[in-house]
Amino acid sequence: MEPILNVKNLTMMFGGLKALDNVNITIQKGQIAALIGPNGAGKTTFFNCITGIYEPTEGFVAITPPGKSTQTLKGLKPNHVTERGLARTFQNIRLFEGMTVLENVMIGRHCRMNSGIVGALLRPGSQRNEEKKAVHDSYEILEKIGLEQYVNEKAMNLPYGAQRRLEIARALATDPFLLLLDEPAAGMNPHETKELDDLIIWLRDNEDLSIFLIEHDMKLVMSLSDWIHVVDYGKKIAEGTPEDVKSNPEVIKAYLGDESEDA
Amino acid sequence: MVTKNEIKQAFIVALWFMVLTFPIMVIKINTIKNIVIFRWSYFFWVGVVTFFASLVWNYFLRVKEEKKKAETSDDIPAVHRLLQNVRFRIPFLITITIFFAAYPFVFPMYHTSIMISALVYVMLGLGLNIVVGLAGLLDLGYVAFYAVGAYAYALLNLHFGVGFWLALPISALLGFLFGTLLGYPVLRLRGDYLAIVTLGFGEIIRIILENWNDFSNGPRGISNIPAPGSFGIELGQHGTVIYIYFIVIALVLLTVFFVNRLENSRIGRAWIALRDDEIACQAMGIDKVKTKLTAFALGATWASIGGVVFAAKTSYINPMSFTIWESITILCVVVIGGMGSAIGVIAGALVLILLPEYLRAVAEYRMLVFGALQVIVMVFKPEGLIQSVRKTYKFKKVEE
Repeated sequence: MEPILNVKNLTMMFGGLKALDNVNITIQKGQIAALIGPNGAGKTTFFNCITGIYEPTEGFVAITPPGKSTQTLKGLKPNHVTERGLARTFQNIRLFEGMTVLENVMIGRHCRMNSGIVGALLRPGSQRNEEKKAVHDSYEILEKIGLEQYVNEKAMNLPYGAQRRLEIARALATDPFLLLLDEPAAGMNPHETKELDDLIIWLRDNEDLSIFLIEHDMKLVMSLSDWIHVVDYGKKIAEGTPEDVKSNPEVIKAYLGDESEDA
Repeated sequence: MVTKNEIKQAFIVALWFMVLTFPIMVIKINTIKNIVIFRWSYFFWVGVVTFFASLVWNYFLRVKEEKKKAETSDDIPAVHRLLQNVRFRIPFLITITIFFAAYPFVFPMYHTSIMISALVYVMLGLGLNIVVGLAGLLDLGYVAFYAVGAYAYALLNLHFGVGFWLALPISALLGFLFGTLLGYPVLRLRGDYLAIVTLGFGEIIRIILENWNDFSNGPRGISNIPAPGSFGIELGQHGTVIYIYFIVIALVLLTVFFVNRLENSRIGRAWIALRDDEIACQAMGIDKVKTKLTAFALGATWASIGGVVFAAKTSYINPMSFTIWESITILCVVVIGGMGSAIGVIAGALVLILLPEYLRAVAEYRMLVFGALQVIVMVFKPEGLIQSVRKTYKFKKVEE
């Protein structure tokens, strides 16, 4: 079967710095895949390259949405990437702070709605229905994620863990087939991490989603992932099941340093 | 209570002010007799007044800090809370309606005329609020669109005899077009850079109007712009002012109605998302280009309509009515009123435009009072007179 995300020879240069060097990654449908690596290895850069925030210097990114044909993402703007079904969250939370929780999620619905200026000014029936549906759908998503008690709260007033979850809710609202989570557990306490763990598995099983996450919490990564990709200094150094990766000498070297050097 | 530290600070501030204002407050040069007069009593009074002003200032700052610490979760402005209360809302709306309906008949023509200017600023403020308050694009050349509207009506009337009612939609369209035109080159800019470019744009329009004699009559301006057509009814001078007053009221109501709808629509939310976080906004599937352009275009539309009304009201326009100072005033209306808050902008426009007019009693100091007021609002209420409040949605327990 075609992988839903197929990245080939992705290279990203910032001036003379090679942030990503010939990275190949594929993601299968229904997978929970993780991208790990030491700080500064290029993980977030990789996300930025596939979601169109950066334009990669070289390489090829293709997606195959379930039931649709393969298409390339090269040169697409972030909003068009999202329209095609890739949704992401951010490492440093980027919520719309001046809006309510519900409105944040409704922003996610934006690209699935159509009404324009005239619709907003004259509010014909079609626009009203669309708006009603967006409110309804957004509320449903909040219920799934367990944030419905905050519905009319300003996003910035939410507790930290809830803000992280709201980012996921907002990404879900764009109707993605692949969810990209950039360090979703960063700064969470063990209890919140456990909830997140459950949420991600629940999403995969019930929402027909594939998930690709960057994470530093190894316990979470090992328990959650079906497949792990490891990058270091912009190069991919290993991939495999959690067991394979755990015992891979290259990976151990990247994380703990070379034994001979320390001696 | 006043702390020792505050007294010390007040003392230092007073001393500083005494030194600072010494040349203007104390020294007076009589150029006829060629003598210098020292007014030492002024020296003393500056000190005393500043001393107490500083104490009061610090007191209010402390009150504000304590309020923030107490963290009252209910930060909804009193006006909104009252408006949500039905028992208050209806009498309030009726009072407002009666006040504005009776206004031109109760007060002399001069006051009606001032009120018209204030209401035009309400429209301008609400338009700029779309660009600055909602979409977060700092536009310092907003007056350019105001000029576009005013000149569109004046020139169309001069050359083709187009009347007010036809000029209104044409100018609105032109405004929309010019807004888009300005929007394109500044798509990539944000913050300070955007402000500078829009500032330049505003000046370009003014300078063109000032220098392109064949087109705009240059600095002499265009006179004899007719008042709005009254469909054959003779109104007289006083009648015409009242007539324009009600047209402006209608336009303001229309603006409020539309802006309110925009704010809680798909586009309005996209604007706010763009303001809060541009990258996240794009990553959530919002087309940045389209969103920015609609903000500029719609903002410009209202400025243009305001311009038509202005031209019809004053019956004479020249480029001097469209200086950078106008842009700044409109921006002050939005910022002091409350960014993103329609009620705030209305309040801001009425306060900022009416106040200087009624401060003519203290004519020499009116701009001083005006400036002081702005500083005070920004220090103690940085979110504006009436903060914006987002729409809340009610949900019944969803069916199991």
